[in-house]
Amino acid sequence: MYKIVSKKDLASNVKMFKVYAPRVAAKAKPGQFIILRLHEKGERIPLTITDWSKEEGTVTIVVLEAGKTTKELASMKEGDYILNFVGPLGKPAEVKYYGTVAFVGGGVGIALIYPEVRAFKEAGNKIITIIGARTKDLLIFEDELSKLSDELYVATDDDSKGHHGFVSDILKKLLEEGKHIDLVIAVGPVIMMKVISDLTRPYGIKTIVSLNPIMVDGTGMCGSCRVTVGGETKFVCVDGPEFDGHLVDFDNLIARNRRYLEEEKIALERFLSHG
Amino acid sequence: MGKPQKIREKKVPMPEQPPKERIKNFNEVALGYTAEMAVEEAKRCLQCKPKEGQKICVDGCPVGVNIPEFIKHIREGDFEGAIRIIKEKNNLPAICGRVCPYERQCEMYCTLGKRFEPVGIGRLERFVADWELARGVKIPEKAPPNGKKVAVVGSGPAGLTAAADLAKLGYEVTIFEALHKPGGVLIYGIPEFRLPKRIVEAEVEYVKKLGVKIECDVVVGKTVTIEDLLKEYDAIFIGTGAGLPNWLGIPGENLNGVYSANEFLTRVNLMKAYLFPEYDTPIRIGERVATIGGGNVAMDCARTALRLGAKESYIVYRRTEKEMPARAEEIERAKEEGVIFKLLTQPIRFIGDEKGWVKQMECVQMKLSEPDETGRRRPVPIPGSGFLMDVDTVVVAIGQSPNPLIPKTTPNLKTGRKGEILVDEKQRTSIEKIFAGGDITTGNATVIAAMGAGKRAAQAIHEYLSGKS
Repeated sequence: MYKIVSKKDLASNVKMFKVYAPRVAAKAKPGQFIILRLHEKGERIPLTITDWSKEEGTVTIVVLEAGKTTKELASMKEGDYILNFVGPLGKPAEVKYYGTVAFVGGGVGIALIYPEVRAFKEAGNKIITIIGARTKDLLIFEDELSKLSDELYVATDDDSKGHHGFVSDILKKLLEEGKHIDLVIAVGPVIMMKVISDLTRPYGIKTIVSLNPIMVDGTGMCGSCRVTVGGETKFVCVDGPEFDGHLVDFDNLIARNRRYLEEEKIALERFLSHG
Repeated sequence: MGKPQKIREKKVPMPEQPPKERIKNFNEVALGYTAEMAVEEAKRCLQCKPKEGQKICVDGCPVGVNIPEFIKHIREGDFEGAIRIIKEKNNLPAICGRVCPYERQCEMYCTLGKRFEPVGIGRLERFVADWELARGVKIPEKAPPNGKKVAVVGSGPAGLTAAADLAKLGYEVTIFEALHKPGGVLIYGIPEFRLPKRIVEAEVEYVKKLGVKIECDVVVGKTVTIEDLLKEYDAIFIGTGAGLPNWLGIPGENLNGVYSANEFLTRVNLMKAYLFPEYDTPIRIGERVATIGGGNVAMDCARTALRLGAKESYIVYRRTEKEMPARAEEIERAKEEGVIFKLLTQPIRFIGDEKGWVKQMECVQMKLSEPDETGRRRPVPIPGSGFLMDVDTVVVAIGQSPNPLIPKTTPNLKTGRKGEILVDEKQRTSIEKIFAGGDITTGNATVIAAMGAGKRAAQAIHEYLSGKS
């Protein structure tokens, strides 16, 4: 049992939880994730680690309410317990000096780039951060990222803040203007990561994406999370979650993420009507 | 022994759910003997004594249970005595009594089996184990605590056995399990209808009552490393199993609707997807399901598919039934339930629809040529024999390889060609204090073989730690 130490509303449908899990906190590194199961009948879902404190023994996760399990988690309160919380899973990000690193975060992906921005900054990189969301309320971690970044750009779909449009528009403009970038790290919706990877390909800029497929065990046992990378089958849970965006078969990933759409709808409707 | 009786030629039949009924539920297929049936079956035993140059039942048992002796107790109606004798050697008899391949072990050497059907040793083991579980398990006498600590990684059959034996010898034992529930393959792999989870839970409970601590949600290699554990424990046993699914490596294998056996079974068994939406984890099953492979796991998948509502469930295997690694009993039950066997058939490509779901499988017909290194005749494709099979779900059940997580994260731990941890006859690895056993050292094998390795390791750890102090 893992206690929810604190809960914070980042936006109307985005919640941040600090969970007491000292073993996970002791080993966590940027880019890794945890798998949790809320209760005896729950499913196992992966969530990226946003922050951690070895001293407090806590791990911070950010949850976007989407399906049944994330909505159920969002309804939990400070002092409640999560039944299972295992990690840190996956390979950590390769943090080192590259020169100029451009981070692109979309939606809840913004929370996920935060620990990496921090680590890459500490490694001496110049940081360009581009974040985007549907509307300005969903621009989470903007202040924190602003402090860590040498340049910060913002985009919203509804024109409520910054550039009216997508994060990819901003990156495209920077590249066209001849901005020197050594590495791009993009975390967000699959379609965003695909567009960003397509954008950087002609420039030959190495582009890392963090994939978010459907997982079960998260330890390399089942292959539910497998994706095609450079023509080879990779398990995101143990070989990833970060891969070279220029090699990922995003269409395969998009199709695989739709495997349980119908069941996800049934589970959500049942949860909303029964509680 | 009373007056001589004519010996029954066949085993007392095992009560079973009829095939038509059982494919509609996940309840156990074999229902177990009553006390009367058990006593009657026990009477068939000839009570052979070990003899030079001649093998009897005991010689076929990987953990060396004194079989004639426990059967003698059953015959006398002393079930308590019978289970005590089994448990001297076997910590998990209710599990072994269900999933052991007796026909290739103890029952293969049964003297009676030379003329008639062998004694139903597995059925008798199951009977007394269940008899004890129903009455509450007694905890055997343990050696006093010796102050030494052993970490066991993985709570499958190898880990549970090693842990139980070490606890009995007075060690303080902690098992680390990556999943949320202990039992390993017994929980995530073997289906409810063959091994009810309440049985596994009860056996795990017994191991806990021996004083073994079990910590779930700990992925050794990630949450803690072997190096971390070495600082805290006097010895480590690694029993992390063969958790890495093998793939065919053919086009279309990442299409939707293609599962590894591990994913298919884990969703159903560990996550209880057959009870969706009461349980949150879903599983998608089509009308025509093809399971690729011929082992016990393949039979489990094909039979699970029927219970999930598949209209047609196929076993697709590249050799003939004779070469199938599955137990004869499992093949028989699959057939009774209506699983269709497509033998000498090898898939070479999966074909998807416009949404990325598998809809067809291209196969070639095979024929058998000369035997390969395993002694089985090698299948070779017949030129021009390609054909298409309509399928909407595929389960790839062609074996598992050793779980690479610990070898990858433990410097100097030597592994073999298939990633298996290399051990000597005492289950010692290349690193002092570290022992390993079960599928992590052999690739996928049987529950009882893993238990045998767990036993040897416990003994070797005991020798190592008691000799050293």
